[in-house]
Amino acid sequence: MADKIDMTRKWNWPIWAGFLVAVGGLVSYTFFARFPITPDFPWANLLLFSTLLAVRNFIAVRSSARSSLRSRFFFSRFLVTKFFYVLHQVPLSSQAPRVGEKAPEFTLVDPNGKPVALADLLSGSKAVVLIFYRGFW
Amino acid sequence: MRSFQQRRSDFDARGIRIVGISVDPPEINRRQSQKLGYSFPLLSDPKAEVIRRYDVLHPGAGPKGADIARPAEFLIDSSGMVRWVNLTENIAVRARPEQVLDAFNQIGSAGQ
Repeated sequence: MADKIDMTRKWNWPIWAGFLVAVGGLVSYTFFARFPITPDFPWANLLLFSTLLAVRNFIAVRSSARSSLRSRFFFSRFLVTKFFYVLHQVPLSSQAPRVGEKAPEFTLVDPNGKPVALADLLSGSKAVVLIFYRGFW
Repeated sequence: MRSFQQRRSDFDARGIRIVGISVDPPEINRRQSQKLGYSFPLLSDPKAEVIRRYDVLHPGAGPKGADIARPAEFLIDSSGMVRWVNLTENIAVRARPEQVLDAFNQIGSAGQ
């Protein structure tokens, strides 16, 4: 009777390998951003991520007891929801300069440490595009 | 910004300058410009003073809860007036160079 119950838990590596690749798909945006169609919306990442998540869920369904299914799916859903939530967490910027207003003057340093003022940029040019970005850190 | 670099000649032809602004220090900007082949300047605003002045601060969104800039683009004409603004609602969606070039072309046709 005792030899029928195996109490050792097997390491179910395919689930975790698939899961890690799915996370990779989620965070590999900087790689896919090199290609013209992906910087605006991370299609490649989402496709990779959702395919692997589907595979992972399929394995989970096959191997798990019914009672734990909900918690397994909950985690996948949590990740997807969190992903879109983070993307949309952008401050409103209601006080940002509007069309027709004077652009606030500034002086900042360029990569060589040289000060550059907005007035410098505007002199001798038709227009200036300011691109505020999150940074590479 | 990669797409802006790719369309750099179209901006040059119209006399439009491109600059990037972030909290990154000049050393990082120098390295990134070389690595990514950007020929327009990346300006440093480490204390986010100008970023605050333009109300494009994203508080606590940087490493270790640092304040950084949210993605935003402004087109400013030679008189210093804002002519076009793009404030994205999704950090994955940024302005495309064509949008800025279109906005600039419209200023030209409206002013004549």
